[in-house]
Formats: sequence, C-alpha cells, structure tokens
Amino acid sequence: MNESPPLNVPRSKTDMFITFTVLALQGFGGVLAVVQRELVEKKRWMTQAQFLEDWAVAQIMPGPNVVNFCLMIGGRHFGLGGALASMAGLLMAPLAVVLILASVFGGVSDAAWAQGALRGMGAVAAGLIAATGIKLIAALKNNPMGIVMCVAVMVSTFLCVSLLRWPLIWVLLGIGSLACFWAYAQLTKLATNRTQA
Amino acid sequence: MILSLQLGFADWVALFNHFLSLSLLAVGGAIITAPDMHRFLVDDNAWLTEQQFSSSIALAQASPGPNVLFVAVMGWNVGLNAGAGLGGGWISVGLSALGVFLSLLGIMLPSSVLTYTTTRWAHRHRDKRAIKAFKQGMAPVVIALLVSTGWLLTASHDNPARDWPLWLLTLVSMLLVWKTRIHLLWLIGTGAVIGAIGLI
Repeated sequence: MNESPPLNVPRSKTDMFITFTVLALQGFGGVLAVVQRELVEKKRWMTQAQFLEDWAVAQIMPGPNVVNFCLMIGGRHFGLGGALASMAGLLMAPLAVVLILASVFGGVSDAAWAQGALRGMGAVAAGLIAATGIKLIAALKNNPMGIVMCVAVMVSTFLCVSLLRWPLIWVLLGIGSLACFWAYAQLTKLATNRTQA
Repeated sequence: MILSLQLGFADWVALFNHFLSLSLLAVGGAIITAPDMHRFLVDDNAWLTEQQFSSSIALAQASPGPNVLFVAVMGWNVGLNAGAGLGGGWISVGLSALGVFLSLLGIMLPSSVLTYTTTRWAHRHRDKRAIKAFKQGMAPVVIALLVSTGWLLTASHDNPARDWPLWLLTLVSMLLVWKTRIHLLWLIGTGAVIGAIGLI
C-alpha cells in the first residue's frame, strides 16, 4: 500500500456530520464496507492499519459497531461534540428514511418480490463484508506478531466462528487474548532490542 | 394489522428499561439481542404482532444506515399500536415518535457512554504497550470475523441445488469490491433487482 500522500483531517463538526450522513445513506446491509471505502480510500482520514485497529475496538465494545466507530473518530477529532455530531449524522437521515418506508410500505415487506429483493441485497452485502475483511489483510504487514502468527490467528478464528460455530465471546476470550499476549511479548522484545541497539 | 393497545406510563418505562438492559449485552451488534426483544415485545406483552416484529427487521435491513435502526422501527410500531387505541391521527404519530425515541435511546445510551469513555481513555494511553498489544493482537481476529460474517450470511442458505445462485452472487460481489472501485450502490441495487425478479 502506498502511504506517501499525507492523510487529511476532518475540517469541522459539520464536516463530520455531513460525511457520516452521506456515508450512512449509502450503507445498505451494513455500513462497514462504505465506511472503509469513504474514510480510508476516498477521504483519507486514516490509513488501512488505523482503520483496522479502530474497528477492532468498535467491534469489541458493546453496541452497534458503526455507532461505536463514529463515536471514536468524532471524539478523537472534536471531543464529545464531534462524537455526537458524527453519531447524529450516522443516524438521523437513515432514521427518517426507514420511518418513511415503515409508514408507506409497512405491509409490503411480505410480498414475494420484496422478499426476493431482500435476499439479493443480503447476498451482495455478505460479499461486501467479506471483501472488506480481505482488503484489510494488507494492513497486517507491519503487525509485530509477524505474518505467520497473524495467518494462524485468522485461520483459527475463522474455523471456530464459521465452522465450529463457537459463541463470539469464547472466540474473543480464547483466541483473542492469546493473540494479545503474543503481541505484547513481541512488542516487549522489540522494545528491548531497540534499547540494546 | 395493527393492534389496539392502551399503554400507561409504567409500560413506556418498561419498554425503555428493556432496551436499556439489552444495550450492554449487544456485543457484535444489536441484532444478537433480537431473540430477547421478541420474547418481551411479542410473547410476554403482545405489544407487537409476529408479522410486525419480523417486518421491522426486514425493513431496516432493506434501508440504508446502521442495522440498529430496526429497534427504532419496533418502537415506531409499538407507538402505532398504542395510538390506534386513541383514535389514530396525530396522537398516533406522537406516540410512534415516543416509541422511536425511547427504544433508540435505550439501546444506545449505555453502550455509547461506555464506548466513548473507554476509547477516550485508551486513546490518551495509546502509546502504552498493553493498549498497542490489544489492538495489534485483535487485528487478525477482527479480519477473520468479517470474513466469517460474510460466510455465515451465505451459509445460512444451505441447499446447494436451490441456493447456488445466491452463493455465486455473493462471490461475484466480493471479487468486485476487492478488485475494483465500482460504487457499492450499483452492487446492492443489482442484487435487489436480481432478487425482485426472482432469479435467485
């Protein structure tokens, strides 16, 4: 990944509000893929690696992960006001849309064509989420755990969640904490090497 | 179908409390607490019909924005059911708005306060080795969770003879997002059309 052009920063709380509104209105079947594309690839507010780190935290905290994510980004740039502006942007316009749909089409969602459309959108959304995950693998390049360990963690997590169907909490506590301990050990080693050198 | 409910102050408080109590359990998204919402709203209190419950989720999935908005649609429908008992009209709209407000505030307030304070603290200490280790260690786990989400959504359609077009659609959209810069809305729109005309 070419990191040479410098990152941008959001200009104001209004900028954050508008950005998250625009982003949320494009997010069908989950906003994650859009967030990654808009904030990392288009607006360049963060690198792929930063996005991955922040997303990890947003995912682990309780609550909707996109909401958590925008609270973090908004809070980092403009404090509580920024967090609230981002969250309002993320929620207000989509809320209006979904309530209009609910009052106009409340009964339609049982029709065969509507069910079919939902199935089709769901299938595409599954692909978007998976592709976002695959794209983020590039961000592991500089991970202190080393690429072999990263692959081992990814494969075992995938097996436990997708095939063995373990509850999320055990995967996070089990594989997640082992990975964190390993990362801690590697960071310690790096730090000692640096002081000796 | 709309129910005709008489909801008192205590009922609204109970609605708010229910969503409040689920907020901190929603690790990985509010949708994982949907079974408990069903128990409370449909089975125990009969504030929503079965059909209203499932169409609230379907509608929120079909519209743009965070999936947590399905909670707002449930609150909206509870208010609508309560309003019909008073003759509908503006009272109905007002009660629906109250339902939206209470349900969204309940499901998001505790988790948002926790997330905001925790992540502000973590950001101030971002150079500490433990914080770094946590983020770096969780990074490959999170990637695998994303790919797993895609996998699980696809694998829930588990009849190869019938569902192979769905799998193909997922695979093609994955490759397009990965390898091209095609706008995501084109993909979603195409998926909706293919589904609506009954190809998958």
